[in-house]
Amino acid sequence: MTTTWEPVIGLEIHVQLKTETKMFCRCRNGFGGEPNSQTCPVCLAFPGALPVPNRRAIEETIKLGLALDCAIAERAVFHRKNYFYPDNPKAYQISQYDEPLCANGHLDVPTVDGVTRIGITRAHLEEDAAKNVHVATSGRIQGATATLVDFNRCGTPLVEIVTEPHLRDAETAKRFLQLLRQTVVELGLSEAELEHGSMRFDVNVSVRPSGSDELRTRTELKNMNSFNFAAKGIEREIARQIRIYEEGGVVEQETLHFDPAHEESPPLRSKEEAQDYRYFPEPDLVPVQPPADLVDRLRAEIGDLPGARITRIAETLSFYDADVLVTGGLDRLWADVVDAGADAKEAANVLANQFVATGIDPHSVDPGELAKLVAARAEIPRAAFDEALAKVGDGGFKADPYLEQKVVADTAELDPIIERIIDANAAQAEQYRSGKHGLLGFFVGQVMKETGGSADPRVVNERIRALLG
Amino acid sequence: MTAVIDTLRLSAEEANKLVADGKISSDELYRAYLDAIGERDPELHAFLYVCENDPGDGIPIAIKDVIGTRGIPTTAGSKILESYIPVYDATVIANCRARGLRVIGKTNTDEFAMGSSTENSAFGPSHNPWDPTRVPGGSGGGSAAAVSAGLAPWALGSDTGGSIKQPAALCGHVGLRPTYGTVSRYGVVAFASSLDQVGPVARNVRDCAFLYSVISGRDANDSTTVDVPSVELPTADDLKGLRIGVPKEMNGVEGIEPGVSVAVNKSLELAESLGASVEECSLPRSVDYGVACYYLIAPAEASANLARYDGVRFGLRDDGADFREMVMKTRDAGFGDEPKRRIMIGAYALSAGYYDAYYGTAQKVRTVIKREHDELFERFDVLVSPTSPTVAFAIGAKIDDPVAMYMNDVLTIPSCMAGLPGLNIPCGLSEGLPVGLQLIAPQFGENTLFRAAHALEQAIGFDVVPERLR
Repeated sequence: MTTTWEPVIGLEIHVQLKTETKMFCRCRNGFGGEPNSQTCPVCLAFPGALPVPNRRAIEETIKLGLALDCAIAERAVFHRKNYFYPDNPKAYQISQYDEPLCANGHLDVPTVDGVTRIGITRAHLEEDAAKNVHVATSGRIQGATATLVDFNRCGTPLVEIVTEPHLRDAETAKRFLQLLRQTVVELGLSEAELEHGSMRFDVNVSVRPSGSDELRTRTELKNMNSFNFAAKGIEREIARQIRIYEEGGVVEQETLHFDPAHEESPPLRSKEEAQDYRYFPEPDLVPVQPPADLVDRLRAEIGDLPGARITRIAETLSFYDADVLVTGGLDRLWADVVDAGADAKEAANVLANQFVATGIDPHSVDPGELAKLVAARAEIPRAAFDEALAKVGDGGFKADPYLEQKVVADTAELDPIIERIIDANAAQAEQYRSGKHGLLGFFVGQVMKETGGSADPRVVNERIRALLG
Repeated sequence: MTAVIDTLRLSAEEANKLVADGKISSDELYRAYLDAIGERDPELHAFLYVCENDPGDGIPIAIKDVIGTRGIPTTAGSKILESYIPVYDATVIANCRARGLRVIGKTNTDEFAMGSSTENSAFGPSHNPWDPTRVPGGSGGGSAAAVSAGLAPWALGSDTGGSIKQPAALCGHVGLRPTYGTVSRYGVVAFASSLDQVGPVARNVRDCAFLYSVISGRDANDSTTVDVPSVELPTADDLKGLRIGVPKEMNGVEGIEPGVSVAVNKSLELAESLGASVEECSLPRSVDYGVACYYLIAPAEASANLARYDGVRFGLRDDGADFREMVMKTRDAGFGDEPKRRIMIGAYALSAGYYDAYYGTAQKVRTVIKREHDELFERFDVLVSPTSPTVAFAIGAKIDDPVAMYMNDVLTIPSCMAGLPGLNIPCGLSEGLPVGLQLIAPQFGENTLFRAAHALEQAIGFDVVPERLR
């Protein structure tokens, strides 16, 4: 009898807030800038410098907490987390420990099988570290290196969100992360750009025999910079742990650095080197006691959240389309385009499959013009449609000039072209006829190329099959 | 021609008036103090750094070297900051400059304000102007010796567990540790953040009150500061209606020298004759547990506050093969024994598995100490005791016995733990050395302290000029 295994997954997410100034000083908070140009005695931890908390950052953290249905603490405390590192100038990070701003919430993640509720253990506020840059030094000692530190990022407000170990598969974990990202972006708290590091996450993974409620040793996956890598990394780690248990081994508690280029996740450090951070309440700050009317005001500012919209839109469209539209930030444009007369499914297809690839800001689009384009998609040449879509965000964009171009669907016009192409590719034609029907695409491509994309692909398909038949 | 300036006798108020009235110029006054420093500081070593000509149009002030001064070295008495020159002024310095005060120099301190004698200074001890073989107290012994010997009309100190009050007692002048939160700590090298307070060191109570009015107030750069009641310069010469409590544990603690008790009791009799009611009371747990709790909480906070001295951004760096080795070498070379001792105690008290037993328990006892004081202030306006159990002791006498050194602060620590203001005035001599009287008031009770201390000061008539310098 073989054991089946159940994965247990928890997430820890860091989101940089896009406040004007840093968490505990008045330096500008922003990505980029000359190294160490956005610094002061406070974020460089000069002797005597003291932190003053950023009111805005506290409010935004509360707002996120409310969006995640957390309880907001009546009294929250900042703690010092002590460790030496060049990017940590005070040698302690001001963070929160046992009295966080937000706790005991949840995020409802729509899935194809319905909603999965993922518990949020806590969401707290802390400061980001500086950036270490390791460089080789030119010196007499071969291979000697030095570390340069850029303190511009040091002190950026950072919200840490910790989930309960409620996730059971990589796909839902990925959906959770995408939904959380969209929630943060829509609340206006953060750009949450994975590639800039304004959103980062770690994943804790363990497995256990199905039906058991034990929690086995977990490993931590760090440094994943895309949602797809996260899903892949989780799947790989689940498989690795199951393999270890099935071979009678023991999973070691360790931190793994996920490297998508390699199949293995090399260990960063084992917990034997675990640090004692000696947390204690930050004596330079007084406890945060958010007044009830502030919490009420922030609650009132939260609009229609993305999770609920996915569920609602999935009643009209497929779950997949609803999910892509909402987490891509496209559902409001979709609704406007539909209101302007486009077919819901057609509009969703265009937005989720083609528009999303253009990188155009949905806010810059005139829904009426896009609706015309969507409605005419089948009637105008593919090339004209693509060109129009690429320009749909330009100021004063009009669909009409593109709509005048018509696709060629006339078989009298298309057949000679198709015949010519079959003649010129006699070998492929022979293979097709002997059963290699996958070559249909090759012929369609040739025809589309020959006609400059103006041929109606449905008619072309039909005619090639007929003429090759 | 200009008046002859006797810096030994001149109060800050008088000096200020001379300058304001145009009797002498700010520069002449500044030079007179530089001359006094040139004459007497080689013996006393009150200063770590003397400014040649700090800008301003007012009178000079000496600054304890834990207080950051832009462009002027600030070492905190430590080798690890020997090369450190701040890029910004502490808020208290900015406040002083706004009133025209000119920094005349940076005064000696135990390393990171950790000590009761200045013997823990990396740059050698200061000496007591009443007897240079003895300590001036600590950690603010440099500011105390400077004011006592007429090297500055007044000074700023900092007090964590007694570092203003105890040196004032040992050198025979006035020192105030203000209510926690009334004076900004921004720019002051941190020792123990929940206890550190900057305060005035002065020749008399009115100067002390005035300097407190200059440095106190809410500061946007220190979120633990609060709005402060306006300061009243004291004029009272009676104590009518003042209810004085005399905690028996603080007047009968083991180790109080008989001469100290005699001088304190005489002051209490004087207080009664000035119209105060004097009644015995009790602070049992504050005295029993105060020092023990202080030596958990203060080192715990210090272990984190001193962690930034890692050689990366400023101060001493002793290079190593990697970051870890550089930090270890830098800190080993840069810190003296006392900071190392307290960092180890503090890190231990905070470590996993010990936190609740040590730091956690100490915080609970701190609440008890605060409540015990609060209860007494329902019946009393001020509490009175000796400031230090002893007069100034000989240099070297306690340096090898840390616990004996820590017990110097047994009487000053409890009110510091409770966040309360305390003031020292000299109340007599014992064996030819000054005895200090400690007055403690409730939170924000500085005006009560000034009024009571001013009346007592007038009645006691103590001459603050050291006998050997008269």
